[in-house]
Amino acid sequence: MKREKGRNGGIGRFLANPGVISVSVVILGFLCGTFLIVAVGKKPSGMYTALLQTLTGFDITRGTWNPRYIGEWLTASMPLILSGLSMGFAARAGLFNIGAEGQYIVGLTVAQFMALFFPPIPVLHWVAAVAAAGLAGALWGGIVGWLKAKFAVSEVVATIMLNYVAFFGSRWASMQIPGANTYRTPNFPATARLTSPLFEKLTNGSRLSLGLWVALLACLIYWFVIEKTKLGFELRATGLNKNAARYAGIKVTRSITVSMLLAGMFAGLAGAVVALGSFGYGRVLGGYDNYGFNGIAVALIGNNTAGGTLLAGLLFGMLASAQPLMQSRPIPKEITLIISGLVVIFISMRAGVKLILDWQAKKSARLRKEAGNE
Amino acid sequence: MDSYAIEMAGITKVFPGVVANDDVTLRVRDNEIHAILGENGAGKSTLMSILFGLYEPDSGTISIRGKEVRIADPNHATALGIGMVHQHFKLVHNYTVTENIILGNEPRNRWGDIDIGSARKRVGELSSLYGLDVDPDALVETITVGMQQRVEILKILYRKADILIFDEPTAVLRPQEIDELMLIFERLKAEGKTIILITHKLREIKQAASRCTVLRRGKVIGTVDVASASESEMAAMMVGREVQFSLEKPKASFGETVLKIEDLSVRNSRGLEAVRNFSLEVRRGEIVGIAGVDGNGQAELIEAITGLRHAEKGRVYLKGDDITRSSIHARIERGIGYVPEDRQKEGLVLDFRLDENLVLKTYDKAPYCGALGVLDKNAMERNAKSLIKDFDIRAGEGAATKVRSMSGGNQQKAIIAREIELSPDLLVIAQPTRGLDVGAIENIHTRILAERSKGRAVLLVSFELDEILNLCDRIAAISKGEIVGIVDAESANEREIGAMMAGVARQQPEARR
Repeated sequence: MKREKGRNGGIGRFLANPGVISVSVVILGFLCGTFLIVAVGKKPSGMYTALLQTLTGFDITRGTWNPRYIGEWLTASMPLILSGLSMGFAARAGLFNIGAEGQYIVGLTVAQFMALFFPPIPVLHWVAAVAAAGLAGALWGGIVGWLKAKFAVSEVVATIMLNYVAFFGSRWASMQIPGANTYRTPNFPATARLTSPLFEKLTNGSRLSLGLWVALLACLIYWFVIEKTKLGFELRATGLNKNAARYAGIKVTRSITVSMLLAGMFAGLAGAVVALGSFGYGRVLGGYDNYGFNGIAVALIGNNTAGGTLLAGLLFGMLASAQPLMQSRPIPKEITLIISGLVVIFISMRAGVKLILDWQAKKSARLRKEAGNE
Repeated sequence: MDSYAIEMAGITKVFPGVVANDDVTLRVRDNEIHAILGENGAGKSTLMSILFGLYEPDSGTISIRGKEVRIADPNHATALGIGMVHQHFKLVHNYTVTENIILGNEPRNRWGDIDIGSARKRVGELSSLYGLDVDPDALVETITVGMQQRVEILKILYRKADILIFDEPTAVLRPQEIDELMLIFERLKAEGKTIILITHKLREIKQAASRCTVLRRGKVIGTVDVASASESEMAAMMVGREVQFSLEKPKASFGETVLKIEDLSVRNSRGLEAVRNFSLEVRRGEIVGIAGVDGNGQAELIEAITGLRHAEKGRVYLKGDDITRSSIHARIERGIGYVPEDRQKEGLVLDFRLDENLVLKTYDKAPYCGALGVLDKNAMERNAKSLIKDFDIRAGEGAATKVRSMSGGNQQKAIIAREIELSPDLLVIAQPTRGLDVGAIENIHTRILAERSKGRAVLLVSFELDEILNLCDRIAAISKGEIVGIVDAESANEREIGAMMAGVARQQPEARR
């Protein structure tokens, strides 16, 4: 038993810790990106100084500091974190929520309607709008969970369909608003905005909004529900072994519905944060914002844990908001897309490698069993 | 000097951390039935895998019919005339018998097409030569397990094997089918074949084999002439200590009826009636066994009792209350404990920690779950620690061990511990010792009898007739979802129950309840 580790243990133990894998996968992605930059004849230092500036606001090349970049980085990260939580929450219960995009759109649309039509009472206005968006996303996800639980409809198919329904429904509904044209509605009243004068001041006029608190609170809720509560226990058991969960008296269908409800809520909140935090008017969507889909990658790299998703969201947000800085260095901004793509590919390879290792472990366990070693 | 069909000398095979075979020498005479006896993990399968070319030994030599050979892969073994009937059949279910037999070795006609006609003829000839009675045109999925095994035998005979290895061949058979298999062995022997029989069942060795090599922990303990060795001697060689064959079973004292099944019918997943008009009662302090061949409705019956499957017709009462329509959760609360047949697929969440698995049914109650649905992890750990101690569960990292990394025996102990901890009035147990070694089996049997002494009602489903006969007070034989007969264990004998399992009712019905 002990010697087993020596042979298989290096990579085996390495792969046993998902956090370690994620970090190394990210490093690997950056190494490949660096290599690519060299290969196209540019200096990789440009990328790293751009990233440093995104993270800290320091522009090493010019020796200036502007915290606005930090604000923009966090702003870009918030919806990614929230939609990552959406994906991750469903995944913990064994579901593949490819519908975060649709839930995001529903949340965004409802938030816009609330912003335009809810009485402009300070604080209450945006709180109500955010809450309504979360509820609407929950409803949109809950439909899928209910269909799955009641009629065994595949959540993948249902969510993809509902993404379209949400998208075109949102366009149609938003264009009915008086004064709306094909791409925008009238401006929101100030009471609906998530803007925070304090954050603006701290970050030199960035778009950083109160959505930051929403995202952080969501992470906290996610962690608490999954790790600490009875509900989380039920969801995790369902996700890991549905048969055993049912056997133990856990209402599996309820677990499925509840997990999709909460997953939808996180995505809906992402919609609210974008709608009320980054824009002063309602948008008539011309295409997917893709936050929901990017959330899949975020959750994947965050290993469906609250903390991991937070970090992965910050990583993807960093890559996104570093793009303009890199172009000025001059590094092709597509390199960030390549890096995020590579990271996702590498992390997916882990699943393959894990399959192989599981198979090996099973084989050696079998051999060991045959060999009479308890 | 005898001529040896197989001579494996000084075979050593080391797997990482484990010596699977340690200087093993096996000599099988030509045209004998040679048994290899050992517990799970004694190294039997490794040894046979080496002979069949699946592994290469680290040291040692193999000679087949006096000629030293290196067997690199199973094809090579086949070419040497070695064939193996695996414990888990390797058959394609929607193919016919003939198609399965020729698969991978298809005869061609001159156009290059598969010559199914001549293959069918040959299969028919082989089948009648060895008295196997197999229909070459039957679809494999439509024939019984016993027949499927014969297809496996035909498969290797078709490939002209004259050394046949059988890996635990009786594990899946009814008593009658076992008798038939023994006859097939004799037939094969009469036709000049050499047979190696891997098993841990002593009775079969007594019945069929002429010599027996006993392995323990990778080493050869000895080779004995079966005729001159007693079962208990061989058992002691196998386990390394004296084995108690009969459990100490205290006198029964039955109380009131706990489980009452009335005229129950249940459909299986394919919508067919798997349990039909089934009625049975289990009293306090009583173990009632359901004897039957796998797939005769036992799974559906148990699922209907525990709530995992709904009943088509009939009633289930627990302590007098009708629970036919109750939820799984409600039945657990009312006092049903259940040790499922498939411990990994159903009984455990393998990626949960041990302490989480040990509260899988009680996580939502005090002390594990506080107000507002917040879990108390410390309470879970305390519970795990005490159960680990009481039930002797071996887990590397204690309460925090991922159950996936535990051995099968310890996984089963964990389930038993959890279910007994529920202190249920009714304990439903399916196949509690499948795949476990002698030590773990003794442990679990003792636990079950202890529950009986505590006045619990126990319903035991097992495909091991010995287990049923040893533990139960009454035995209900089930065939095609119906009770064929109920007998008192004391007056029952194996042959009679075997006949009932095949669907033949008892001659003089003397079952009282």
